[in-house]
Amino acid sequence: MEGVNSPENFDGVTVPGGNAAWRRVQLARHPKRPHSLDYIGRIFQDFQEIHGDRNFGDDPAIVAGLAHFEGRPVLIVAEQKGRDTKQRFFRNFGMPKPEGYRKALRVMQMASKFGRPIITFLDTPGAYPGIDAEERGQAEAIARNLREMARLSVPVVVICIGEGGSGGALALGVGNTVLMLENAVYSVISPESCAAIIYRDSAKAEQAAAALRLTAEDLKSLGLIDGIIPEPAGGAHEDHDAAAESLRTHLSARLSELDSLSADQIVEHRYEKFRRMGNFFA
Amino acid sequence: MSWFKRDKGDDDKLPKLTDQERRVKTEGLWQKCEGCRQIIWKKDLEANWNVCTKCGAHSRIDAFTRLKLLLDEGEFTRYDSTLRSNDPLGFVDSKPYSERLRGMQNATNLCDAMIAAEGLLAGRKVQICAMEPKFIGGSMGSVVGEMIMRAIERAIAGREPLIIVSASGGARMQEGAVSLMQMAKISAGLMRLDESRLPYISILTDPTTGGVTASYAMLGDLNIAEPGALIGFAGPRVIEQTIRQKLPEGFQRSEFLLKHGMLDEVVPRLELKQYVATALRFFVD
Repeated sequence: MEGVNSPENFDGVTVPGGNAAWRRVQLARHPKRPHSLDYIGRIFQDFQEIHGDRNFGDDPAIVAGLAHFEGRPVLIVAEQKGRDTKQRFFRNFGMPKPEGYRKALRVMQMASKFGRPIITFLDTPGAYPGIDAEERGQAEAIARNLREMARLSVPVVVICIGEGGSGGALALGVGNTVLMLENAVYSVISPESCAAIIYRDSAKAEQAAAALRLTAEDLKSLGLIDGIIPEPAGGAHEDHDAAAESLRTHLSARLSELDSLSADQIVEHRYEKFRRMGNFFA
Repeated sequence: MSWFKRDKGDDDKLPKLTDQERRVKTEGLWQKCEGCRQIIWKKDLEANWNVCTKCGAHSRIDAFTRLKLLLDEGEFTRYDSTLRSNDPLGFVDSKPYSERLRGMQNATNLCDAMIAAEGLLAGRKVQICAMEPKFIGGSMGSVVGEMIMRAIERAIAGREPLIIVSASGGARMQEGAVSLMQMAKISAGLMRLDESRLPYISILTDPTTGGVTASYAMLGDLNIAEPGALIGFAGPRVIEQTIRQKLPEGFQRSEFLLKHGMLDEVVPRLELKQYVATALRFFVD
């Protein structure tokens, strides 16, 4: 792995450049950036994956499992991208289908039933836009998750670790606490699609990235997330262990903040937080 | 030698037509149906709530007309009609978002893409929100989100049914993640409505896509749609680009969604009020 830290060694990917927001987009999509399973392996113990929506199939773009975090049982639900070509296809480039969201909901309701906290990782370019996904109700699956996550009576901590791709990410994103890694982005639309619609030119993605205000600092200042998790110098891809350690300490602190709340208070806390979100009108 | 000769000099002597006059003279009286391509007397079309008298195709109607169609005597009380977005991102595309908003507000006489109202539907008091498809594509931002939330809160406080008529391209890009979060906010509100055991009927009209479909439009106790409406999560163009093949005929139309189990019924516009009234009798009486 010699020279992996030098900018010319980015696996053929263009070196991050351009405006600050666009650099963040590039870092969030960096091929060496840690994905959900890279964090799960470093932060949790006794991880046991559980599969399937009990209805249609199992979606590898969402990983769910039982685990222990600092000695306590938790549920993990995470969007997963692949590293090499084969893995990328297997994970459908991290774009979940309805069965993925339905699996996520099934296991989150199970965790709620047994009083176990839920930790979700967001990392997707977006929900899969395809014929089969539409036929099986992509919109319905996402919508149902949004409503039902609001009802969960256990603490939910959401961490956007890379790309927070619109509704596809938000479908796992209704948390008591929502955090973003320093170089993660979270947006209503990808900069490329935004540029194609607004400027009629997808090459202006860089301009669109800045206009969309999609960085962690932007979302924090708009009151849409609760905190930012620092990454090692240069970005999480430079040092997976350090990135995971930073994530672990923040997760630990945030989870214990929620410990004092009763089941009813947890639902109320989450509701009040989203009720106030986006008060930008007069 | 030709029978008629155009004297070019005369053109200048004729009074100049402004764009306004030209439109009145050429487009005012007749309209081409998008379904059968026939020319229809516009007044006939409007008298039939924009449903083609020849082929039954439904063309879009604005939010005011929608409320007149559904509510007794066409009467309703509006709420939150002065809420305006304050452009949280300072978004600029071909023109600043704040300017675009002002233009739309002048053109539609609305402050944003929705009318929230209260009225009687077959004698029963309901909270109803109708989206305005002409207002920046009927897109949902912080104002639409707040209007729906307040309608939900009124429904819960007064123990009244909620009806939302969607006509929207989805979340409003110009408000970025702020509009994205409205999906979660409204869905949480609908959770509360659900816990209160109050009925919510979602009416999906052309077009209902993106973040609106992926939140409140699909969360009705009943989801019903007008015939031929485009309904989906991803837009057809995005899907074509992703899978690189032509989409099948009728894909993402109401009838397609009905067949795939996503809708309770496809209801023609002229029968919509009766259908909702009957459903509300089941839920409430």
